[in-house]
Amino acid sequence: MNSLAEPRKWERVFWPVLASIAFLALWHFCVIWSHTKVFPSPLAVEKGMLELARKGLLLRYIADSLRRVALGFGAAAVLGIPVGLTLGWYPAANQVVNPVLQMLRPISPLAWIPVAIVFFGVGDTTAVFLIFLSAFFPIVVACVSGVSNVPSVYRRAGRNFGLNPAQLLARVVFPAALPQIIIGLRIALGIAWLVVVAAEMIAVDSGLGYLVIDARNSGKRYDLVVAAMLLIGVIGLALDLCFRRLRNIRSVRWGFRNEW
Amino acid sequence: MAGIETDKRAETAQPKLSTEHLTVAFGRNGKTTPVLNDINLAVGKGEFLCVVGPSGCGKSTLLSTMAGFLSPTSGAVKIDGEVVNGPDPRRIFVFQERGVFPWLTVEGNIEFGLFHLPGAERRRRIIHYIQLVGLEGFEKAYPAELSGGMKQRLEVARALAVNPDMLFLDEPFGSLDSITRLTMRKELLRIWEAERNTIIFVTHDIDEAVQLADRVAVMSDRPARIQGIVKIDIEHPRDVSSPSYLELRDGISQQLGLAHKI
Repeated sequence: MNSLAEPRKWERVFWPVLASIAFLALWHFCVIWSHTKVFPSPLAVEKGMLELARKGLLLRYIADSLRRVALGFGAAAVLGIPVGLTLGWYPAANQVVNPVLQMLRPISPLAWIPVAIVFFGVGDTTAVFLIFLSAFFPIVVACVSGVSNVPSVYRRAGRNFGLNPAQLLARVVFPAALPQIIIGLRIALGIAWLVVVAAEMIAVDSGLGYLVIDARNSGKRYDLVVAAMLLIGVIGLALDLCFRRLRNIRSVRWGFRNEW
Repeated sequence: MAGIETDKRAETAQPKLSTEHLTVAFGRNGKTTPVLNDINLAVGKGEFLCVVGPSGCGKSTLLSTMAGFLSPTSGAVKIDGEVVNGPDPRRIFVFQERGVFPWLTVEGNIEFGLFHLPGAERRRRIIHYIQLVGLEGFEKAYPAELSGGMKQRLEVARALAVNPDMLFLDEPFGSLDSITRLTMRKELLRIWEAERNTIIFVTHDIDEAVQLADRVAVMSDRPARIQGIVKIDIEHPRDVSSPSYLELRDGISQQLGLAHKI
């Protein structure tokens, strides 16, 4: 295949499927050849998953993890977008807040665990709070840079047509910054999905993260550990694919070049 | 002659736009650089004025100040006798095609400035101006799907849709290829003859200025002054090989200190 040629439709499905099968086969034979007693084979993982499904835990855990991400990420978006737009709109305010923001941003959400437990106890709220923290900063930063990168010709054109500041923000600055905001939301969702696993390991007793740690602690069920890992990977990919579809909305399509 | 009559009217009646001892200076690193120096201009109602000058001389600064995006350091810009304090929908600034909003369709762009009008009137204007600039069939297209010339026409249509009495055009055809540019000049003249807005058109292309304008204001190097005003009293459509055309063009070249031969 040459890199310029558009892959044919069946090829776009065929090759990734083939690669996945090859990966499973490699995994399977590595387990057999190494005679490992700890690491499960793909078939053992599949059996584990079926066992979870039979007990009704599989869907419940997935739903719990997704619910926590939806709450934490949703709160981060609802709060982060207005905060980011405001800071981008008033550079003076941004100069005041930015140092604090930049200092809080590199702190891993996991470092907040003890503080979060003091505030919210061991439970759902703590997990949601950690996810919120992890998603909030990337969203704010994307909105600030989205707004400050709006070309001045657009603002000028908006002012020229007699828009007041609120209209200018709603009708020019926000749509002009929207592609960058969507990119920020996508990155934030990826981080939120990473953090939910960690949060569930310490704060709650359900969800995919809890499944990982619980399967290991209660009877070294590595088939379930790996099953949880695979589920986390597949669901993360699915979330990302859903988000990527947003760029096909025609009013933001202009802001994306080919791949992102 | 028609040209002289317009001129008399401009002298007697109040000018549409006038600049009075207009000076603009930019401050940078603690020192101020003068950009425009004592500009005095009067533009009549319905007149087409071109401003030419060497690149970087401050033509765009002059235009931005007239449109109210920049404040003069001293002196004033007056439109209809009133001092300009900021941009106003009655006078629209047309950027190169960079000013169209990529998140709106052709219709959406034209509708942008019409938010205070009732729906029926909005519809009527959208249809009228899409037709005027020849974008029929592209109503639902996004700017990314249009060529440079089409985007430029869209921006002109968006400006005209709010019925401005003045248009400021800052090298509007500068980024177009030479064939499209010629077509666009013809289109602009056609539209101007239909709508009779006052147009101030900045360009560094002397031919373009002589082809379009009623008068050409020639600017000097920075800090820019108006070096001379050349009246182009040739009827439209203008024959670009006629002796009077060539004489006026060469006269402006000379004022700018350009050689006749390369």
